[in-house]
Amino acid sequence: MEPIIEVKGIGKRYDIRHGQGGYIALRDVLMNVMRRPFSFAKDKAKRVAGIKTREDFWALRDVSFNVEQGEIIGIIGRNGAGKSTLLKILTGITPPTTGEIKMRGRVASLLEIGTGFHPELTGRENIFLNGAILGMTKKEIADNFDSIVEFAEIEKFLDTPVKYYSSGMYVRLAFSVASHMEPDILLVDEVLAVGDAEFQKKCMGKMEEVTRKQGRTILFVSHNLSAVKRLCKKTVLIEKGQVKMFDETERVITRYLNSAEMSSMNEFPLEPGKKAQVTKVSIMNAAGQPATRMTVNEGFTIEMDYEISSPVKMTPSVIFYAEGDILLFSSESDTTASVGDFEPGKYKTSVKVPPNLLNVGMYYIDTRLHRPGVENFDMKQGINFEIIDAAENPQSIVYNGKHPGKLAVALKYKTAKTK
Amino acid sequence: MIDCTGMTAPTTIIRPKKTFSWEDMRELWRYRELLYFFTWRDLKVRYKQTLIGVLWALLQPLITMVVFSVFFGQLAQVPSDGVPYPIFVYVGLLFWQFFSGALTETSNTLISNQPIITKVYFPRLILPISGVITKLVDFGVAAIVLVGLMLYYGFVPHFAGLWLLPVLLAIAFMASVGGGLFLAAVNVKYRDVRHALPFFIQILLFLTPVIYPASIAGKFSWLLALNPMTGVIQSARAALLGTTPVNWTLLGLSFSVCLVVLIIGTIYFKKVERYFADIL
Repeated sequence: MEPIIEVKGIGKRYDIRHGQGGYIALRDVLMNVMRRPFSFAKDKAKRVAGIKTREDFWALRDVSFNVEQGEIIGIIGRNGAGKSTLLKILTGITPPTTGEIKMRGRVASLLEIGTGFHPELTGRENIFLNGAILGMTKKEIADNFDSIVEFAEIEKFLDTPVKYYSSGMYVRLAFSVASHMEPDILLVDEVLAVGDAEFQKKCMGKMEEVTRKQGRTILFVSHNLSAVKRLCKKTVLIEKGQVKMFDETERVITRYLNSAEMSSMNEFPLEPGKKAQVTKVSIMNAAGQPATRMTVNEGFTIEMDYEISSPVKMTPSVIFYAEGDILLFSSESDTTASVGDFEPGKYKTSVKVPPNLLNVGMYYIDTRLHRPGVENFDMKQGINFEIIDAAENPQSIVYNGKHPGKLAVALKYKTAKTK
Repeated sequence: MIDCTGMTAPTTIIRPKKTFSWEDMRELWRYRELLYFFTWRDLKVRYKQTLIGVLWALLQPLITMVVFSVFFGQLAQVPSDGVPYPIFVYVGLLFWQFFSGALTETSNTLISNQPIITKVYFPRLILPISGVITKLVDFGVAAIVLVGLMLYYGFVPHFAGLWLLPVLLAIAFMASVGGGLFLAAVNVKYRDVRHALPFFIQILLFLTPVIYPASIAGKFSWLLALNPMTGVIQSARAALLGTTPVNWTLLGLSFSVCLVVLIIGTIYFKKVERYFADIL
């Protein structure tokens, strides 16, 4: 049988200029022409003659793989490796520069849930609008309407504008519409990153259910390695715009984790088209030095640099994972009042992690710019660090080794003789 | 380029994008339902958001008409080909506001729909077209005022010319879509264009025979004719008010200019469409 998806020699080139500024002001271009008419003409002439005057950046190069019907394929890789670009090409949002993709069957993509939701429209109206944007026909939406409402649990608010919805209701409705698409091929990005743990579980369950039952083919781009492990039998590892490995998930993940080296500072190239994005994440020890190893009782600071290109309402946040992809906890800055309207510009947020919180072991963090439960602007993943035992722990005169457990919280013990 | 063939097992082929192919037009047809939903959304939201709802679509041309009638009709005594000035100017305004409104609306449509464009594929042409259709609905609403005006002034329209109205509307539609596509595409790349646009539209109003008859321009009226809206508005008056016989040469010229605008707009839009999602 023919493979349901054939990806052949896909490449995507970005003009660095596009990559950085996005759009430009005509005013600036005109000023430039007037100020330096000759060099402008020269550049133009060179470009017309096919001589390269600017730098190109290949986000993807010669990517090829096949997917058989009914397979659920994970796509993993570090930030900026090209996963999202690949997905955008597969969905048709942006065309490739080279290569060809053949997909046999109805294709639907889900890069975000609630795409096109309009706050002024009611839940009922948004179901139809969002469904149509996702590629469902009016009839399909109408046929599935009751089931969508039921899964979202919003019967009572069906005729309320969604701007009055809680973020939980909003996400539930959005996911519910998305999960009622019935394509042969489904392309999914990190959409499950929104919502609480409970809801994520429900979504994962629903995804598993639809794929098992209907033999649907899914490409699943994710940072969440445990989700990939659970859903996907095979996984593509993308590194620097190329397919590094395409094999059984277990083996690919092992390879991926081993190749991710520790670094106290991680810089990320600006991706085009994002409203807000993290450009640098670094970890500083108590002495203010870049570090990847801290002692249990030391305390350290996570610094996020980010750039806002158009005004957004959001909060920076950090999510902590322990070895084996255990989500320890996440923290949002909105609890400390720095959520709000961000004007375009560069920002730095530092997050203080107190001493005696994380126990001895390997950890990693994801940094995120988002409006919880509403919109995910950017997520940079996998900054690794290690917590080591304090050689001489002044806090404890009794025990110096590793306590069991992931946390090393120093609780206050007060003991008194009562009798 | 995305193309699907066959109904039961459609095959999607993605290749580096060509500027234009007939397949794009077929694809547009396949996405007609989404076109409907975008239009439906814009109308719904607008009539919901505005406190006075539909009234806004009525009041805007009405108030403009009153102001123009007082200043140009009464005070400046601008000739109106023997028709009551309010009716004369309103026919012009009706078409003009459709055209200028559509240009303003569509020039911004890609930017205001940016979150959708960067997350979902659909033929991008749909958005500007839906913007123009939205304005068409406003045109319909505003036309009610014209009927009211005619009743008020006891003016009997030239019924024999009514059949020409859809043709004129189609020409204005073409001009709006063509110009709108061009502006929408330029606006994605050069974000400051939209700040200059209202000014140019304002200027263009005075270069179009809305508040005055085209005859006022004398021997330079052929220059005015290059503006596609000139032919449309003049013919609308001729057909509806019976002021002058319909000038077919002029209308033909307007139609040709509209066609050129539409073709240039579409080609430019298709040419830059490929990087919309990358730079939005």
